[in-house]
Amino acid sequence: MSFAWAKQYEPQSAFTKWIDEKLPLPRLVYNAVGAGYPVPRNLNYMWNFGVLAGFCLMLQIVTGVVLAMHYAANGLVAFATVEHIMRDVNYGWMLRYAHANGASFFFIVIYLHIFRGFFYSSYKAPREMIWLLGVVIFLLMMATAFMGYVLPWGQMSFWGAQVITGLFSAIPLVGEPLQIWLLGGFAPDNAALNRFFSLHFLLPFVIAGVVILHIWALHIPGSSNPTGVEVKQESDTVPFHPYYTAKDGFGLGVFLILFTAMVFFLPNALGHPDNYIEANPLSTPAHIVPEWYFWPFYAILRAFTGDLTIPFTGIVLVQAKLLGVIAMFGSILLWFVLPWLDKSPVRSGHYRPLFRKFFWFGLIPTMAVLFYCGGAPAEEPFVVLSQLATAYYFLHFLVILPIISQIEVPKPLPFSITEAVLGKDKAPEAPRAGSVDGGDLGAAPEGSLQPAE
Amino acid sequence: MTIRLGGILAGLAITAVLVLWSLLPGAYNYAFGPAPEKQPSYAFYEHGHGPEGGFAFDGAFGKWDIAQLQRGYQVYKEVCKACHSLKFVAFRDLKQLGYTEAEIDAEAATWTVPGIDPATGEATTRPGEPTDYFPSPFPNAIAAAAANNNAIPPDLSLMAKARHDGSNYIYDLMMGYGEADPAKATKVGFETPDGLYFNKHFPNVNIAMPPPLSDDQVTYADGTKATTAQMSKDVAAFLTWTAEPSLIERRQTGWFVLGFLLFATTLAFLSYKQIWAGLKPKKK
Repeated sequence: MSFAWAKQYEPQSAFTKWIDEKLPLPRLVYNAVGAGYPVPRNLNYMWNFGVLAGFCLMLQIVTGVVLAMHYAANGLVAFATVEHIMRDVNYGWMLRYAHANGASFFFIVIYLHIFRGFFYSSYKAPREMIWLLGVVIFLLMMATAFMGYVLPWGQMSFWGAQVITGLFSAIPLVGEPLQIWLLGGFAPDNAALNRFFSLHFLLPFVIAGVVILHIWALHIPGSSNPTGVEVKQESDTVPFHPYYTAKDGFGLGVFLILFTAMVFFLPNALGHPDNYIEANPLSTPAHIVPEWYFWPFYAILRAFTGDLTIPFTGIVLVQAKLLGVIAMFGSILLWFVLPWLDKSPVRSGHYRPLFRKFFWFGLIPTMAVLFYCGGAPAEEPFVVLSQLATAYYFLHFLVILPIISQIEVPKPLPFSITEAVLGKDKAPEAPRAGSVDGGDLGAAPEGSLQPAE
Repeated sequence: MTIRLGGILAGLAITAVLVLWSLLPGAYNYAFGPAPEKQPSYAFYEHGHGPEGGFAFDGAFGKWDIAQLQRGYQVYKEVCKACHSLKFVAFRDLKQLGYTEAEIDAEAATWTVPGIDPATGEATTRPGEPTDYFPSPFPNAIAAAAANNNAIPPDLSLMAKARHDGSNYIYDLMMGYGEADPAKATKVGFETPDGLYFNKHFPNVNIAMPPPLSDDQVTYADGTKATTAQMSKDVAAFLTWTAEPSLIERRQTGWFVLGFLLFATTLAFLSYKQIWAGLKPKKK
């Protein structure tokens, strides 16, 4: 899987030659993230977040495995074992704050990664499979993060578990038994805590597996780039190593500076004070809010305040709660069909004047409003605001995107990535050896350019 | 085409349901309906700002004021512990407050903790040891509620983190007792219920805890004048320490880590620039 001009792994010593014959793991790494992977030369900083997301996953797994050595998933002692970690375990406070803030930073990175995909249409052919796997990863992350938040067994843990599993009770007929089955009881208790711990330990490794598929799928067509013009020739690319390893190293440094600033100076700023109160089934917190990274979806859930009725008869067709649950899950599931909703042949938002307006003045403010309203109490004017934003959210993806991809007149694209970077490209006059057949250089290249391995 | 058509129809349908059944009735009610009722107590709540001059541990370079933590411990021991437990803190932790091991042994022994008679195996009590945790004033929640007019005094170990801006909150709460403005109270029909106490810094201004501190309630070992404000500040500092004993160590580690990362990131930036130098278009 690679371009014709990709560098080949050449083992030098007798040992690496021996390894390469028996188990070519160094070759795999070389081709995946080494000099053997040619990458468009024009990637901007928005392309740093894939590597950062991978780093976050490793960070969460490493800190999480160590935390699990000191934690006990039992309702009687769970809260106390977390305090034991904070007070008695060597650098336990650092591990726990790194893990809790690591989840937040994982979501910051993933949201930037996803919105990079929205703006540059990274989901479009030939990269649909990368996008679909990415949505799967995001859903798994949400489940993992939710169950992880339950483990400290504070007030928000307990009531969050109650509210989120309560969503399933909105399903007609099977809802209530389903919630009881999920929790292993009528309310969150030991059974729920234990299974959440088990799944919270398991799912990150499932995510790691899907991440491998995500990267594998990425290496079939190669990375996208900010112009949206596919790679045509060797001068369009640079080897991943050292060019992007160096750039990702710098990006990782900036990320770690922000991350450690939170961990060491504001470790509880993104959490909720109520979670330092031990879980108490008899006392409901004044405002039950999920973690901040769920706020936009929580706002969509709460936007549906009225039952769907037949007017003037009082017959309820669908209850408001079920509408909210459908909309909340639908708001993410619709990303699965995004590659087929947006049919514009132009990928990059830079060359799509109409799309760009709706992105910056429609989608981004909408997400900001949903984010704010999801964390606010369920009062006016936040309810009306979140309803307006929810309506725009669905219109944007389901109605506006398909229509503008039909009517928009895109700006002229550069001939190649090289031209976009250098302002000129000699290729049209003299096609290089090793590039595509000199024929139709202006057309988007077909899959034939990147023979699968 | 089918997917896009289906998407457009689904999008219009969900928007129609949202707008017609939720947004319009809600917006109409918001615009023309009755204003939501507010508890009269909201008229009296005041947001506190913590002690004048803040705490010694405030800010990224703050440090514990050891003498203040010791005074705060004295307030806890002589006042708070009558009702409030401190169950996540052990006597050995007092080492951080500048006590020697011998002093901690002696201090622990002044507390009585539940134990087991080594001869008969029956439940009994014994003097505390450094490895023991602070004993709770009540054997269980029912006893705590029964002794306190049905309100359970919360554990104080984590109080400074279990409330928003907790250190200042504890100080404000100690200082917030008083009387509701009578003119205002008559106007909105507000009355502090029996068995509760007015406190303008408590979220619903009616708190079950009687005013715990009054001037000169403790006699400080270091001679500091024990005003209510002084004791409030000291106990708030002490409870900040119990909630986050690693606070100062954490920040010091943080400065070290940040310094290293700034250095490493500068190097990473320079190597990134050098590696890419040959590729960037020359500026004209």
